[in-house]
Amino acid sequence: MTDDELIWRIAGGSGDGIASTSQNFAKALMRAGLHVFTHRHYPSRIRGGHTYTEVRVSSEPVKSRGDGYNFLLALGDSFARNPQESAYYGNEEVKPLSENLDELDEGGVIVYDSGLLDTDDIPDFDERVEENNWYVYDIDLRTMAREHGREVMRNTAGVAVTCAIAGIEPDVIKSLMEDTMPEKVFDPNMSVFDDAYETIQEEFDADAPDVSVPEGEHDEEQVLISGSDSIAYGALDEGCRFIAGYPMTPWTEVFTIMSQNLPEVGGISEQVEDEIAAAALAVGASHAGVKAMSGSSGGGFALMSEPLGLAEMTETPVVLVEAMRAGPSTGMPTKPEQADLEHVLYTSQGDSHRVVFAPADAEEAYKQTRRAFQIAYEYQIPSIVLYDQKNGGEMRNVPASVFDEEPNPDLGSVISEAELADAPHDPSGKYNRFQHDVEDGVSPRSIPGQKGGRYLATGNEHMPAGHIAESPDNRVNQVNRRMQKMEAIRADLDGDEGTNTHYGPEEAEYGIMTFGSQQGTAEEAVDRLNESGHSVKMLGVSELAPYPVEEVTEFIQSVDEVLVIEMNASAQFRGLTQKELGRFGEKLSSLLKYNGNPFEPAEIVDGFVTSIVEDGTLPGHETKFVPAASD
Amino acid sequence: MSAFSAIGEDAERDRNEYTPGLEPQPTWCPGCGDFGVLKALKGAAAELGLSPEEMLVCTGIGCSGKLNSYFESYGFHTIHGRSLPIARAAKLANPGLTVVAAGGDGDGYGIGGNHFTHTARENHDFTYIVFNNEIFGLTKGQTSPTSPKGHKSKTQPHGSAKDPIRPLSLSLTAGASYIARTAAVNPNQAKDIIVEAIEHDGFSHVDFLTQCPTWNKDAKQYVPYIDINESEDYEFDNTDRSEASEMMYETENVLHEGTVLTGRYYVDEDRPSYQQEKRQIGEMPEEPLAERYFDDDYEWERVYDTFLDKHK
Repeated sequence: MTDDELIWRIAGGSGDGIASTSQNFAKALMRAGLHVFTHRHYPSRIRGGHTYTEVRVSSEPVKSRGDGYNFLLALGDSFARNPQESAYYGNEEVKPLSENLDELDEGGVIVYDSGLLDTDDIPDFDERVEENNWYVYDIDLRTMAREHGREVMRNTAGVAVTCAIAGIEPDVIKSLMEDTMPEKVFDPNMSVFDDAYETIQEEFDADAPDVSVPEGEHDEEQVLISGSDSIAYGALDEGCRFIAGYPMTPWTEVFTIMSQNLPEVGGISEQVEDEIAAAALAVGASHAGVKAMSGSSGGGFALMSEPLGLAEMTETPVVLVEAMRAGPSTGMPTKPEQADLEHVLYTSQGDSHRVVFAPADAEEAYKQTRRAFQIAYEYQIPSIVLYDQKNGGEMRNVPASVFDEEPNPDLGSVISEAELADAPHDPSGKYNRFQHDVEDGVSPRSIPGQKGGRYLATGNEHMPAGHIAESPDNRVNQVNRRMQKMEAIRADLDGDEGTNTHYGPEEAEYGIMTFGSQQGTAEEAVDRLNESGHSVKMLGVSELAPYPVEEVTEFIQSVDEVLVIEMNASAQFRGLTQKELGRFGEKLSSLLKYNGNPFEPAEIVDGFVTSIVEDGTLPGHETKFVPAASD
Repeated sequence: MSAFSAIGEDAERDRNEYTPGLEPQPTWCPGCGDFGVLKALKGAAAELGLSPEEMLVCTGIGCSGKLNSYFESYGFHTIHGRSLPIARAAKLANPGLTVVAAGGDGDGYGIGGNHFTHTARENHDFTYIVFNNEIFGLTKGQTSPTSPKGHKSKTQPHGSAKDPIRPLSLSLTAGASYIARTAAVNPNQAKDIIVEAIEHDGFSHVDFLTQCPTWNKDAKQYVPYIDINESEDYEFDNTDRSEASEMMYETENVLHEGTVLTGRYYVDEDRPSYQQEKRQIGEMPEEPLAERYFDDDYEWERVYDTFLDKHK
């Protein structure tokens, strides 16, 4: 048990309320002045199946899950269907206890619900407890909950026990429960809470380890927020008032948040028949003058390839979000992976282009979603926000002031009716909406209903007014113009500050590169490496297309070697970097992870030390090292 | 004041206003039924007094998809099978627009069949014209979803083993609230039906028989045709779902025996359109959304003020 932080894992069955209980717990501690970070692990099932959420609590800012954890609240899977060890998925009833022991730190605390769990079912339990110096509390949370209310309230009992052991003021939790629960539910929960809290104080204490949570204080107001929340909020503050989608884990979170909030601001959400329709609706709404978005996860995004290409060819602005999960095909629906990078960059036929942002965390998700909208509407091009199950679902505290920004409903490069009167038209009276020689390749669009603005939008190659055309001169001119936009966007993004993240000492000897959701974990690894005498800095790349060639070149040139961290098996991000830079193959090696769980900081530390410094083999088989071209 | 002054512009219209001043050379073959749709749509738009710039004509891919190349208005020539989701969203974004979607039978009943079913189910307020020539024309004569059983083509050398789709019956089952069939050889009826379809509040589906003289020589030119609403041989109430269903079934059966039945098959004026339903439950604003982006006085909501408290 470390002195300065609590990593609390609440484990149970899917449907046992693990997610909401952990969220309330995290929010209560955030209100008490602490920094919090959650990490979710759950199955693709409605009821039953082992699930846990980890809440890391510290007096210092936290940006990653930890290595292992130090406090287990094992509630038991109340929906387990086949509680036998020989069953296909093993004895699910005891998994909330049995599955979590491997990662529990030495000297850690176990609280388990003896009303549901029997340690006799867990091989070598007593020996392991002794060996690891764990302190075990067996408490019949189920009976306690039943006595005062209903069985589901055993979560509350478990939280009360946690408070008693970790020295959390009961009012911290109680006041939050009061805010979130109706009185009829709140009252019996309070009885459960008090009973459980007092039981601990009366029956246990003598040998208990000191595991009190640290004290902390925020210097400004905080909000507990997920990446999915932030993507939705970024869209709303950019004036997005139309979303179309089809449910798919984990993208459904953004779709849900938008669908619940849009009616309140006079917007429209459409749940439609498939993802082809979803992306096509977003294109249709944007064409008619509304800021619009759609999105999906890998399999659904595959269906969006054709509307994506149509948006590019007709130069209709649209923002799509892609929430990656482990593939191929249906893969592992609730597990994170970063293996859709190439899918998102290259899908759709022809010389097609799009802008791709990969935010690392909630704050970046808000800012980069806003930037994605600005670029899409200014340059009339599809923008994609690429994230994954990890940073979409993890919650953390962020200063509320991050969101204290003005809305931007600007439609970007659009012509007004007044300007249309003097704009170039073809002999039919059609507006030349796709003019050849325009600044940055952007030809302002008119909106249906505007007088003097009629034109034909088409997925075919077309002349300035939109007529279908296959003449070579026009073709080359239009292709060049569309491609010119990517250069203009690159120049525009180069003027931004801090979209890509540089971390660690500038003069460092070695580099770590990553993109998207692994950035926070890589930053923590960089801190630890430098503390232990290594010299390492990090570059987290968010702008994936157009690629920040200059910035990345400078970074790689400034160090001896670079370890590229990504959650996939084929080193897609390293491949992209080499393709865009056309060199450095001998300097870039990869540390990959694709077992369904995100990196822990220690895995990056170990991977760096053994592969870059010691040239040895990695401990365990959770990660994989792929050496640089010359090694 | 509207940012879209073409919408609701009151004026007498001539059908020639919808003919491009510089007309592209049509890609349609001489004698193609598609000319009949173009003519009927021009006539209907003029009769309704629609400004070319308050109309958005969304088409799919195929010969039929060229409709908006020869019809002067705002046009969106989309992708194969996807004109309907584009049209739906444009109408939701700006209900002031008169939206017409169009495509072929492969486009609407084959690759876009899912969208057709759901657009009818939801009863979106616009008109969908399906150019039904019972063949894939532009790709040179392959069997299509409406080709009769036994129809031989290069891709079905032994004749199709499949029964053709039943477009009218499918439309009724799915939920369209105005369903008609007309034919290119029947210009007056076609124009009248399109006028009614555009005026109808809800999803209007017009199955438009368009002969393909190049690739479907076997098929009839859809003459002589019979108007079921006028003929004394066919008595039925087109506001009655089950009578409409029987009439459709018979129409689809006899087409391949050489009897061309046309007319208004089903008209439901009571079913609210999707837009009305959506406003009813508070999920669509009364004012067209597209107008808001041009309204300098509109106070755009901030997330910070509106949604952040629940995270504190």
